[in-house]
Amino acid sequence: MSEAKEGQQHPLTVYLWIWLLLFVLSTFSYLVDYFQLQGYLRWSLIITFMLLKAGFIVAIFMHMAWERLALKLAILVPPLCLLILIGFMAIEGDYTFLTRGTAFLR
Amino acid sequence: MAHDAQAAAVGPLQQVAGDFATDKQAFTVPWGKAMMWIFLLSDTFIFSCFLTSYMNVRISTLDAWPNPSQVFALHLFGQDIPLILIAIMTFVLITSSGTMALAVNYGYRRDRRRTVQLLVATAVLGAAFVGMQAFEWTKLIMEGVRPWGNPWGAPQFGSSFFMITGFHGCHVSAGVIYLLVTAKRVASGFYDKRGSYETVEVAGLYWHFVDLVWVFIFAFFYLW
Repeated sequence: MSEAKEGQQHPLTVYLWIWLLLFVLSTFSYLVDYFQLQGYLRWSLIITFMLLKAGFIVAIFMHMAWERLALKLAILVPPLCLLILIGFMAIEGDYTFLTRGTAFLR
Repeated sequence: MAHDAQAAAVGPLQQVAGDFATDKQAFTVPWGKAMMWIFLLSDTFIFSCFLTSYMNVRISTLDAWPNPSQVFALHLFGQDIPLILIAIMTFVLITSSGTMALAVNYGYRRDRRRTVQLLVATAVLGAAFVGMQAFEWTKLIMEGVRPWGNPWGAPQFGSSFFMITGFHGCHVSAGVIYLLVTAKRVASGFYDKRGSYETVEVAGLYWHFVDLVWVFIFAFFYLW
């Protein structure tokens, strides 16, 4: 931590490039729907563009890339336990679907 | 500077261990920034719970899920353009994220005029986003979408839609007020007197988070 500079100061060009990149990625994810891509291609493209956009926003716009590792770990590691919730809820949803299928459809 | 050189010498994990285990302040950032990050972490869990419950009801319903591409289409220039309103809202929000990032940057340069202009521009774009969302809600309600049913398929569509976009819209609305208050304080020279523009960066964190949540809502609710 130097005394001369406060907070997170970076060249403007970094922000402008990321801004442009976010526009391009958003256009791509819209085009996925516009061209009606379906199935695994659609889902993998949606997830890829989503993660890229989220990554650039957190890393550059929210300055996470330049923070100390202690803050990075404290903020970015806890959300990983959501993967367990998502996994359990997906299994539970499938089970409910099958149960409803056998109960309501003959 | 001595601190950084020392950190480089000990390696990243020892640095983390030192930050947490030594009897001192754990995060070398202003407390407002650390608290904003922790608040955003808790907000991440709230939005994740909404999106996970949406996933759960969408998996478990026996009815067909309404096709968002058609539900959110607009009739423009004599043809139906799929999802166009949502695409415009996405671009508006990303634009506002860019102006916010620049506002933080100009704040640190002590360029008050530019900072206020960019903060107000961000707030205006945010308000435009909320306006378009209000239009979208009105359109869907007129077409018969309710939390308990809709004309196209699975009744859970309405409850998921109103819950997720409503909560996000509230965040954007609160953010617009937050930004205007920050802009007023920049204009009045409040942060110059305090000698720190880090509060603008903290407001920026909140605003970028709102954009971040929209990235996930756009992917999972509108595109999936």
